[in-house]
Amino acid sequence: MNNILSVKSLTKTYGHQIGCNDISFDLHEGEVIGVVGESGSGKSTLLSCLAGRLKVDKGSIKFKSRTDVKEELTEITEVRRRYLSRTDWAFVHQNPRDGLRMDISAGGNITERLMALGQRNYSSLRSKALNWLSKVEISTERIDDNPTTFSGGMQQRLQIARNLITEPRLIFMDEPTGGLDVSVQAKLLDLLRKIVIGLNLSVIIVTHDLGVVRLLADRLIVMKSGEVVETGLTDQVLDDPQHEYTQLLVSSVLQF
Amino acid sequence: MLKSQKNKYTKEDPLEHDEYNFAYLDEQTKRMIRRAILKAIAIPGYQVPFSSREMPMPYGWGTGGVQVTASCLCPTDTLKVIDQGADDTTNAVSIRKFFEKTANINTTDDTNSASIIQTRHRIPEEPLKEGQILIYQVPIPEPLRFLEPRETETRIMHALEEYGLMHVKLYEDITKHGHISTAYAYPIKVEERYVMDPSPIPKFDNPKLHNNEALQLFGAGREQRIYAIPPYTKVISLDFEDYPFEPMKAEAICSICGSNSSYLDEIIINDKGDKSYICSDTNYCEKRK
Ligand SMILES: Nc1ncnc2c1ncn2[C@@H]1O[C@H](COP(=O)(O)OP(=O)(O)O)[C@@H](O)[C@H]1O
Ligand SMILES: [Mg+2]
Ligand SMILES: [Zn+2]
Repeated sequence: MNNILSVKSLTKTYGHQIGCNDISFDLHEGEVIGVVGESGSGKSTLLSCLAGRLKVDKGSIKFKSRTDVKEELTEITEVRRRYLSRTDWAFVHQNPRDGLRMDISAGGNITERLMALGQRNYSSLRSKALNWLSKVEISTERIDDNPTTFSGGMQQRLQIARNLITEPRLIFMDEPTGGLDVSVQAKLLDLLRKIVIGLNLSVIIVTHDLGVVRLLADRLIVMKSGEVVETGLTDQVLDDPQHEYTQLLVSSVLQF
Repeated sequence: MLKSQKNKYTKEDPLEHDEYNFAYLDEQTKRMIRRAILKAIAIPGYQVPFSSREMPMPYGWGTGGVQVTASCLCPTDTLKVIDQGADDTTNAVSIRKFFEKTANINTTDDTNSASIIQTRHRIPEEPLKEGQILIYQVPIPEPLRFLEPRETETRIMHALEEYGLMHVKLYEDITKHGHISTAYAYPIKVEERYVMDPSPIPKFDNPKLHNNEALQLFGAGREQRIYAIPPYTKVISLDFEDYPFEPMKAEAICSICGSNSSYLDEIIINDKGDKSYICSDTNYCEKRK
């Protein structure tokens, strides 16, 4: 089995409020899964549980490490979780401010993880930062500027570079194109697509924008009120939705 | 020196000093602070919380250092107090007088004959010996503070040895100034474990932190932290392979004693703005004259 992630019966509640309920799915290596559903359907809750940012109530999350060992993420130590989050995983936030250090230069933002892993050569850190700036299509002249001077789209691309420099294998994205202008969104999507395919990344992307998953996701998970109502290949789900909620979503009857 | 004073210490001048316990703090408080000190010695570089007391001087005047000194002092101790290397500045004089009054101990300017030295911003030039205690006044104990303001987060970073941020700061330094411009409070790693702020000493003094024969204690009053570098502890200053740590001083010699190896203060000697340099460590300079 080449699953990088296997989720079984995952449940998270906030007091009486259900966050997500009894979620099960597998993510294959190199696969992109899109999680869609209207606002409040539990997408962010699910993502935060998977990335260990929220403690789950019930269920199991098995992660395949670089050494092919299956780790139960609901049971790993905080030390291990933090190590994985800065090496094997990346988390791209909707608001780049949550994922960047706004008072540190672009170069410092990009190379922080490498320094955390013990890299101590300034010149080589710098050339890696320059390399990643061009990969995310930010002018290399901006390396010493703080993200506060960047546009929203640039900040989001900087966040992606900062996250991907350690070559993580599993990427969590929460509405990465939300809050951006439509033309900027398209450019970012294009870039994400190139990077995801180029690096053969495994990705879980949460969005309420079906256009985003149409372009990026291999498979879809449709959520409603904390539960999965439909799963399948992206084209299948979007072109021939089975559940009536998905049909509503696709016919854009629901406003988000 | 950590022996507690059971009885109320009586001074020659009861009218003036009667209301104070030996070295001002009550025995209960001193015991609490000594426990924090012992813990700090056991975990070099780790910031131990303690419950700081009101002292008859404002924060910023070394209340942390004063409380550590008060808890270490015995009647047989000889105390030296320096501020920026000098024994005769207002801050040093008032702390010295405070302990002369409240503990009636001997004081000295001589680094070599002091058993306890309280300092702000310098390490004496004369090498310290076994048995001596150097007590630093610390304004901000947390080296990660300005990059990560959340105390909950910095504690986790120390616990998990997540020190990438510290190098981000040095990276930013080189990026902005072409070299590591941090000249004071230069971050160190103690015994290959904790990253520590050595208080605002010039980085010229950093090499003296390493393998020092004396016990080094650090007290932050407002922030309520005590930490320590025990004698003969490994201390390295953080840097990059291609931008190694360099202790720095003015390229000059002392115009009083001619020393070319001590840390120098710059002084303007006339209206034209001509400069001269003198030792910042006044006792060292005095002895060499
Ligand atoms: N911290 C929280 N405390 C209480 N309820 C929450 C919290 N976070 C989310 N919820 C609730 O859980 C449900 C799922 O929310 P969320 O996962 O944010 O959905 P989505 O990301 O799909 O918009 C919603 O009903 C929401 O109100
Ligand atoms: Mg959400
Ligand atoms: Zn001199």
